[in-house]
Amino acid sequence: MDPLILIFLSSGLFLGWALGANDAANVFGTAVGTKMVKFRTAAIICSIFIILGALVSGGGTTHTLGKLGAISALPGAFMTALSAALAVYSMTKSGLPVSTSQAIVGAIIGWNLFSGSPTDASTLTKILSTWIICPVLSAFIAIILFKMHKFTSKRIPIHMIMADAYTRFALIIAGALGAYSLGANNIANVIGVFIPGEPLPALQVGAFIFSSTQQLFLLGGVAIAVGVWTYSKRVMMTVGNNLGRLSANSALISVISHSIVLFMFASRGLEAWLAGHGLPTIPLVPVSSSQAVVGAVVGISILQGTAGIRWSVLGRIVIGWIVTPIAACFICFIGLFFLQNVFRLTVQ
Amino acid sequence: MTLNLFRRTKQLEQQIDSFFDKLSESSVVYRLAVRLYLREGLTDEFQERLERINTLESEADVLRRSIEQQLYTETLIPDSRGDVLGLIETVDQLLSQFEGSLWALSIEKPDIPDEFRNGYRKLTNMVVRAADELALSGRAFFRSPHDVPAHNHKVMLYEKEADAISTKLKMAIFASDLELSHKIHLREFVEQIDSVADLAEDVTDRLAIYAIKRLV
Repeated sequence: MDPLILIFLSSGLFLGWALGANDAANVFGTAVGTKMVKFRTAAIICSIFIILGALVSGGGTTHTLGKLGAISALPGAFMTALSAALAVYSMTKSGLPVSTSQAIVGAIIGWNLFSGSPTDASTLTKILSTWIICPVLSAFIAIILFKMHKFTSKRIPIHMIMADAYTRFALIIAGALGAYSLGANNIANVIGVFIPGEPLPALQVGAFIFSSTQQLFLLGGVAIAVGVWTYSKRVMMTVGNNLGRLSANSALISVISHSIVLFMFASRGLEAWLAGHGLPTIPLVPVSSSQAVVGAVVGISILQGTAGIRWSVLGRIVIGWIVTPIAACFICFIGLFFLQNVFRLTVQ
Repeated sequence: MTLNLFRRTKQLEQQIDSFFDKLSESSVVYRLAVRLYLREGLTDEFQERLERINTLESEADVLRRSIEQQLYTETLIPDSRGDVLGLIETVDQLLSQFEGSLWALSIEKPDIPDEFRNGYRKLTNMVVRAADELALSGRAFFRSPHDVPAHNHKVMLYEKEADAISTKLKMAIFASDLELSHKIHLREFVEQIDSVADLAEDVTDRLAIYAIKRLV
């Protein structure tokens, strides 16, 4: 294997790290922020299930991202992933739950612009529409779940201490589900741009043969897990405490809503089931887990009275969502120019 | 890990229930002890009741410390931890009041004339009712906070009634021909008993806020 491949892949791994640092907060931020789950426990569960999700169900969203821009040259993929990673990293540094999905989409469009490749308008529209649908849907699900919780808690008296234990347990289960969905939905952001180039030779371990794509999924999953361990605690605190004061139950509901939304946008099984019953299908798109969790938190806050929402923090988050794809696009365009004209590398 | 979590949780739940059992039992023993004193004075049976109250208070202290320790070391109920600790501590003050009131009877042996005994009896019944209802309110806070206001309302009614009885009793005492020192001594015991209901009302004021916080 050409060692240069590993250098090019490093930007994808960097993006994976940034995604882990940033998006793990969406899965366990509310639980850790409200002190219901220890960071260590959250990090272990998150790492395992992100890798599982990426390996088992990561294919669907990767396909959609590939349609937006099929980057076949490895240096081009390197710069695309690096631009997205830099955009996410800078946002994460300032403690904002930024969207990795938006960053990679912005970076791919940057590559399309530089290489003169047409951007598939229908795919782009599909992706852009999810940036609005995702937080709205998440808020809507959170409101329904919150009302259901209120209804049942009035009718089923459970001792506060036991309810606390149930909530902790449920937060861990929901977090595991969320981490799985995150791995399945967002692995495309991390290594999707490298897949068309098939940079890694097939690897045989015993009776199993791992294709380039499978190895990339595993590497991406591991990179995300490293990000979770090394840098996610700070963003967890922002999601858990800064946006609005959440109770443990609200924390649970926001994680479940987030996981449901991510699962809906990643599940090939759900898509097949909806199609089989003549229902409109949900596009398999890498949606933003940040948008999903912020949508859920805002949904719960609306139900409890908007006084609890810190509008300045929400405003900063939304500005981050607008700036991220534009910044990633811009960095990618400039970076590709340097790679092609200074380092004489083929980027398209 | 999960089984362990639920086992420890169950234990803590039982400890909290047990703590409120101590309150209920103390109020029963207190009522019996005061009525016994009014009827027969300082007897061996009264001393036994006093010892029982002492034991209950000590056991409640042990439970309180254990509950507090578990809530903090295992970072349980982060949202309501402070409220639960506040509740347990103020209820513990009520238990101490039961104990202190019986000790005062035992040490000072007040001479209560016959014409006032019925007033003391009525007052004791009323404050004990307030304490019993408080125990129900405290239990409801943990299981069904929606029911707390109904119990609190009763505690406040009993407290108001206890105040009315104590005022009437004090007026009767000071209208009598007893020595001033004797009157002051008797008034002291009216206030001792009445303070049980006052403390119960203080706890319900806290409980009302805690319950609202849980329901929001």
